[in-house]
Amino acid sequence: MENQFFVDSEFLSPEALEKKHRLETDPSCRKNHMAYLPDMEQIQSDICGKVMEQMESYDYSVYTARDVREALNHETCSIEDFKALLSPAAEPFLEEMAPRARLETSRHFGNTVYLFTPLYIANYCDNYCVYCGFNCYNHINRMKLSMEQIEHEMKVIADSGMEEILILTGESRSKSDVKYIGEACKLARKYFRMVGLEIYPVNTEEYRYLHECGADYVTVFQETYDTERYEQLHLMGHKRVWPYRFDAQERALMGGMRGVAFSALLGLSDFRKDALASALHVYYLQRKYPHAEMSLSCPRLRPIINNEKINPLDVHETQLCQILCAYRIFLPFVGITVSSRESAAFRNGIVKIAATKVSAGVSTGIGDHESKYTGKETDGMEGDEQFEINDGRSLETMYEDIAKEGLQPVLNDYLYV
Amino acid sequence: MVKINGKQLDLAGKPLEKYLESAGYDPKRIAVERNGAILPKARYSETILSDGDEIEIVSFVGGG
Amino acid sequence: MNDDKLIIGGREFHSRFILGSGKYSLNLIEAAVKDAGAEIITLAVRRANTKEEENILDFIPEGVTLLPNTSGARTAEEAVRIARLARELGCGDFVKVEIMRDTKYLLPDNQETIRATEILAKEGFIVMPYMYPDLQVARDLASAGAATIMPLASPIGSNKGLATKDFIQILIDEIDLPIIVDAGIGKPSQACEAMEMGAAAIMANTALATAGDLPMMASAFRQAIEAGRKAYLAGLGRVLTRGASASDPLTGFLRD
Repeated sequence: MENQFFVDSEFLSPEALEKKHRLETDPSCRKNHMAYLPDMEQIQSDICGKVMEQMESYDYSVYTARDVREALNHETCSIEDFKALLSPAAEPFLEEMAPRARLETSRHFGNTVYLFTPLYIANYCDNYCVYCGFNCYNHINRMKLSMEQIEHEMKVIADSGMEEILILTGESRSKSDVKYIGEACKLARKYFRMVGLEIYPVNTEEYRYLHECGADYVTVFQETYDTERYEQLHLMGHKRVWPYRFDAQERALMGGMRGVAFSALLGLSDFRKDALASALHVYYLQRKYPHAEMSLSCPRLRPIINNEKINPLDVHETQLCQILCAYRIFLPFVGITVSSRESAAFRNGIVKIAATKVSAGVSTGIGDHESKYTGKETDGMEGDEQFEINDGRSLETMYEDIAKEGLQPVLNDYLYV
Repeated sequence: MVKINGKQLDLAGKPLEKYLESAGYDPKRIAVERNGAILPKARYSETILSDGDEIEIVSFVGGG
Repeated sequence: MNDDKLIIGGREFHSRFILGSGKYSLNLIEAAVKDAGAEIITLAVRRANTKEEENILDFIPEGVTLLPNTSGARTAEEAVRIARLARELGCGDFVKVEIMRDTKYLLPDNQETIRATEILAKEGFIVMPYMYPDLQVARDLASAGAATIMPLASPIGSNKGLATKDFIQILIDEIDLPIIVDAGIGKPSQACEAMEMGAAAIMANTALATAGDLPMMASAFRQAIEAGRKAYLAGLGRVLTRGASASDPLTGFLRD
């Protein structure tokens, strides 16, 4: 069933409602999504051109069973082979792709599964991204954690055993500015061995600053590499500018970050093309920055507060599994993260094949870890979630489940230098 | 004295071109280096060798 | 196959066999070039003898591109000097950078080669560096402006074949420049194998010079190189043992 993203909240003023409707119905009143805003750094890079050329020319209907078999037989998976593995022709071969993927995973990662948890420190957002729970027109409990509250959350999480944290915010330069995020990173350094950031794209110098504050890696989801569709889904705010978002990982690496993570939000546009673009984004950037650590995620659309009908359309678990196997075969050295958007059953199965990192003890709300972990009623407010999670297992349960499958859960294998 | 291809020869003050001719070099098949710098063919006729010059005359030979 | 051109420094070649001219008599060169179908031949630069009767250039057929090497150089500076002299000799802008500080095995000095490549590329040479297959070095050579990468298969003159095969494969997979396998190829079958892997071209010298019938060996190499290239283009479907398949389906957990 097609997703109906436009939901009017009764709490919006008549003026706000009018502006919202105009944005939704009149493309001419929206800003040019390919034009940089004045505060956005523009780097010179050929990566975008290469990725888009491949994606735009990708016709997956031409690939046959023969192409898929050849792709699986080649010792090194070329870009052409990868295209075949992503195509509909590869679907019947899933049970052959999976062992090949597992072999590559075991060669590069052994039987290791890394664990981490996300920490949302603020959910204020200036963007209108129609599928997201934090979008500026969605009526939710907005909250921004103070440094004391952040430290408290971190302590609760660290006490549960977690050693890697991913800090997230909505996009609001006024409420969650770069300095605020930097201070959060400094705090995180006290409690965690690896600190990741999933925040709005910033300039190279800002990434450098955040790296110096203690952040090791940066995650940015392109959402979709289909620029036309992107324009229809991100109607207002800085996030609307597609090319600035595309180059975020490169700016992060230029700013000294150790690693970067990529993805498209599957279900927004043609998922095969988006999967191709995501992987090639990694592939070309890896060639340019061979020292960088890269990873891919594969989130699918999930329901949000005030819109429980949002779903990933034609991206079923089978297609998701196919994409992950293809990613693994094409990019054997790249980490693959599967978040709690997916069910426990799916995550248990996929870590045995292609995934190397999963989240545990997850909450996508603000300031609610203690209540979620211990059931204790907090006296403070809690901010609302970005999306509804599907797998709420605690760290302890996750750890045991992974070990039971014969895999090795790892909290961290890094030394901060 | 002038050193040519490692050999000391009494050629100070003599024109290079004359020496090349008398030694049997085909100007089209050689390159000349004078005191570390390449001497363009157009300058062979006007070049007078000086005392202490080091000249290398090279050509192609078989190689892998 | 007519469209399958080797492009080096903007120049197009049909032959993927680069011939060495060392260690055999001048009068065999013409036959070697013709039977090899070679369009590029390497030369060295040495002190010219007086009263020389024969010059190698008289033996090389028209239309063959001269590729001088910097053999004898032990440092980047010496290689640059030789390259400039070679250009002055009138061979165009191609140069094969060969820098060896070791006279026993004649293994190339990768670091000096990077330095020489950078200087020569800036002076407009089409630089083809001979190197020991190291991926980081290959990347540095590419950044320095090399037009191709020429990794050795095994020590010069050893005829030992593709001792560095896996590392050459890495270069072919990771570097976006023609990878020309040079040094140590002893048999046409080895040249064929390198081309099947995806190498752009092969250089051989000693294998021909030590053959009983040089022109015939040149012809054998030519055929082997063409065969290897065709096999590569036709799409090799190598089947490798991949481990036993699981008895329980790995994908049984998928619900939709």
